[in-house]
Formats: sequence, structure tokens, C-alpha cells
Amino acid sequence: MIRFENVHKRYPNSREALSGVSLNIEKGEMAFLTGPSGAGKSTLLKLIALIERPTRGTVVVNDRNTSRISRRGIPKFRQRIGIVFQDHKLLVDRSIFDNVALPLVIAGLSRREIERRVRASLDQVGLLERESHPPLALSSGEQQRVGIARAVAGRPDLVIADEPTGNLDPALSLEIMRLFTRFNDVGVTLLIATHDLDLLGHLDYRRIELVDGKVNYDSASE
Amino acid sequence: MLKRYFSLHLQNLVGSLGRLARQPFAAILTGLVIAVALALPAGLRVLVNNVDVLSESWESVADFTVYLEFSVSEQRALELSNEIEARNDVTQVQFITRDDALEEFRSASGFGEALDALDENPLPHTLVVRPVSEELINVEALADYLHGLPETQRVQLDTEWVARLRGILDLGERFVDIVTILLGLGVLVVIGNTIRLEINNRREEIVVMKLVGGSDGFIRRPFLYLGLWYGFLGALGAAMLIALTLLLLREPVATLASLYGSRFSLAGLSFSEFGILVGLGAILGWAGAGLAAARHLRSIEPS
Repeated sequence: MIRFENVHKRYPNSREALSGVSLNIEKGEMAFLTGPSGAGKSTLLKLIALIERPTRGTVVVNDRNTSRISRRGIPKFRQRIGIVFQDHKLLVDRSIFDNVALPLVIAGLSRREIERRVRASLDQVGLLERESHPPLALSSGEQQRVGIARAVAGRPDLVIADEPTGNLDPALSLEIMRLFTRFNDVGVTLLIATHDLDLLGHLDYRRIELVDGKVNYDSASE
Repeated sequence: MLKRYFSLHLQNLVGSLGRLARQPFAAILTGLVIAVALALPAGLRVLVNNVDVLSESWESVADFTVYLEFSVSEQRALELSNEIEARNDVTQVQFITRDDALEEFRSASGFGEALDALDENPLPHTLVVRPVSEELINVEALADYLHGLPETQRVQLDTEWVARLRGILDLGERFVDIVTILLGLGVLVVIGNTIRLEINNRREEIVVMKLVGGSDGFIRRPFLYLGLWYGFLGALGAAMLIALTLLLLREPVATLASLYGSRFSLAGLSFSEFGILVGLGAILGWAGAGLAAARHLRSIEPS
């Protein structure tokens, strides 16, 4: 599902964020990306979502070499990926329902199909009865669950999450992670960046540790 | 698929109107600027149209002045006057005898004493012929006929000043064309700038849309419709401004016209002119928004 081959990324006027990362994540796998801040976790996720392009090396996502995807092709490509952000990135002037519906509206689904899928997603994250509320009426943990509902509403092949529990207390964080494992149970591939090692003690999944832009440890290669 | 496409557009159309309604003050101000910018050329055009109509009616009532030969007797001149009046392209013939003409000239010109020095009256009998038809071809036929009379010395059709007015009007029309283009450009810039600000205000929203896979077209669409609404509503405002102006001018114009014995009244925008104004406004809005979107949406990318 995701393949990195000797990937380098250097930002202008900065040191290398990634130096020769190679890794492979299979379809249906769930993996955690760990490491101290500044180790390159966010950069790695950005390369998957085509928010950034690698300086060198190859990134293959869903059997597509991302270097062959043009600017115009990016929207279609992103529609197959669900992204969860640390700061949720919800549209505060729209209802919970409309936020979750956004990727489905973009994909051009019918009104009925959109309603069905939005409700299904909100039900999965336990916020069905809040659909008409604005995001700011919800707690931070609830907002993150809305963000997750939006990421999975379009039934993506792959979900990536950048510090999804960054602002949450341990109990809420565990709840969010359990939500991700439930999606993985139904076949969604997930890659989750987190620096919260305590949390991972509760979860038995593959761990990839980045240090200084290199893969320092990968539980799959033991 | 087609149905979905249209429903998406309809949604955008209504949605962007809702967005205007949520910030009515700013929307009204911008709308007013656009309205004034559109009302100016459209109003000038209405003015030129009105003067045009007026000048046409003047041209049709232009009289022929027929100076007869000195040898023609008063008796013969009177007969001729009746003959000409019997023609069906003539409304009326006014016969001015040479004595009347002299009297009028004496009192009106101030050359009385100079005239006294002359041995005889230098003025001929004169017929003032008022044609009936507005169609040029008839007027020319009448002119030929008057020229052809053996008693005629000279025929004068006093249309030179009308021709001059026509020249001025043509100049005015050209001027209005230029003003229209310049202010049209102004509207384009005003709407483009408004949309640019709107894009800046909604930067975060645009980033989120791009992150969840929104295409350029999808993200641009609500802004295009917003521009469309600005142009459309601004044009409606312009039409209202023109109507209001004409309403205020109606009475003084009627009074002035009645002083000249005319029933002239100001004409407003015709239905098709109204359609053109509103359509042009909407197109300018759409285009202005399109320019701003093309320029600024591209630069907003998630990072």
C-alpha cells in the first residue's frame, strides 16, 4: 500500500528532514510512526498525501508512483486517502454533518448516498446525535472524532493521521486509538504518527521509529 | 451525472447568495460601488438615446423656405401656395409676402434705416413649406418638386443645425462607448478585488478542501457564483438608480417640453437594454471572480 525507496527530503534552506528512508506497509496493515519531534514523521506523512514532494527517491502509494502524479491529478489521488490532523481542520462555520459530508460532496455522490454514509461514519465515532451542531460546540476529543469520521466517510483505502491524540488526555487518546483499530479490523490500512509511547504500550501493532530522518527501528523487521 | 452536476451548481448559486446575506453591510457597499459604476454608462446611454429621439423629431419638422423669383406676382404666389398645400406630403404652407417680410426684417434686424435707403424692397415673396412625412425619401421628393417649379429662385432646407447636432450626438455615443469600457473594467477590478479578499478570508477553508481532494474547479465554483451575484445585483441596483433619476427628471422635462409646445417625455431603459445591462453585469462579475480565482487560489496550498 505504501512503499518508500531511499527517500530523501530537504526543505529549502534547511537540513535534510528525511535521509534515505525505505519502508513498506502492506494493504490492510496498521502501523505507528514514532520518534522525537523533528525526526521527520510529519514530512513522511506529507509525502504520502502529496503535500510535499521528495527531493530524491520513490514514494509509491496504492500502486501509484507519486512522482508521476501531476498537480491536476492530486485531488483525485487525495480522495482515496483519509487524513486526520492534530488540529482537526474542521470548518467552523459548517455543521458536523456538513464537515463529514465534504469529501463525499467533492466526490460527487448523490444526496441520499451522502446522508447514508455521513450518518454511518458519525455513528461509528459515536456522534450521530450531534450532527447539526457546529464543531466549536464540541470538546476537543469529540472534534477529533469528527475529523476521523470525515477521513473515513469516503471509504478510503488508506488513512494517515498526524499526532491525532496530540492535544488529548490519556483516556481520550486511548479511545481514539481504539477507534482506529476498529477501522483496521474492517480492512482499512492505517499509518499513525505519534510521539506518545505510553499509549502504544496498550496496543500491539507494528511500530516504525524515525530518528534524524532515518528509520531507527521497525518492529516488522525483527 | 448531469442532474448531479446541475444540482451542485444550483447549490453553489444559492449558497453564495447566502454568503452575501451573512455579511449584508459589506455586500451592500460593494454592490453600490458596482451599481454606480454600471449606472453611469447606462444612464449616459439613456440620455443619448433620448436626445437622439428628440433630434429625429426635429429633423422631420424642418421646414423648406422657398424664395420665389422677383417676377412672380402676389396673386401667382398665393395660387402656388395653395397648390403646394394641396400635395399630400405637405402639412401646411405659410405665405409671406415681400412687404410682410420687409416689415419683419425691419423690426427684427435693426437695419431699418439701411433699408430705408434702398429704392425698392429687396426681398422676394416667400413660402414656408412644412412637410408631413418623417421619411427622408419623401422629403427629398418634395425638395426636388420645389426646386423644379419655374417660379422658384432658391430653396433652403434648414437642417444644417440638425446635422451638427447629429455630429455631436455621434461624438457623445462614442464617448459613452469609451466610458462603458472603462467603467466595465472598473467593475471587473472591483469584483476581482472583492473576491480576492474573500479568498484570503477563507484561506483555511480552501486548504481543508484541497486536503480532502477538492479539485480547482470545485473550490473555484462558489467564488465564481459570488462574483456573478455581485455583478447581477449591482446591475439591478444600476437599473434602479437610472429609474430613480428619470423619475426625478420627469416633471422638469415635461415642463420644459411644454414651454416648447412639445409632448416629449424621457424614455427609460427598454426591456432589452435592461436585459443587456443585467446580463453584462453578471458576466463582468463572473469574469472578475474568475480572474481573481485563477490568480489567488493556486497560491493557497496545504503545508
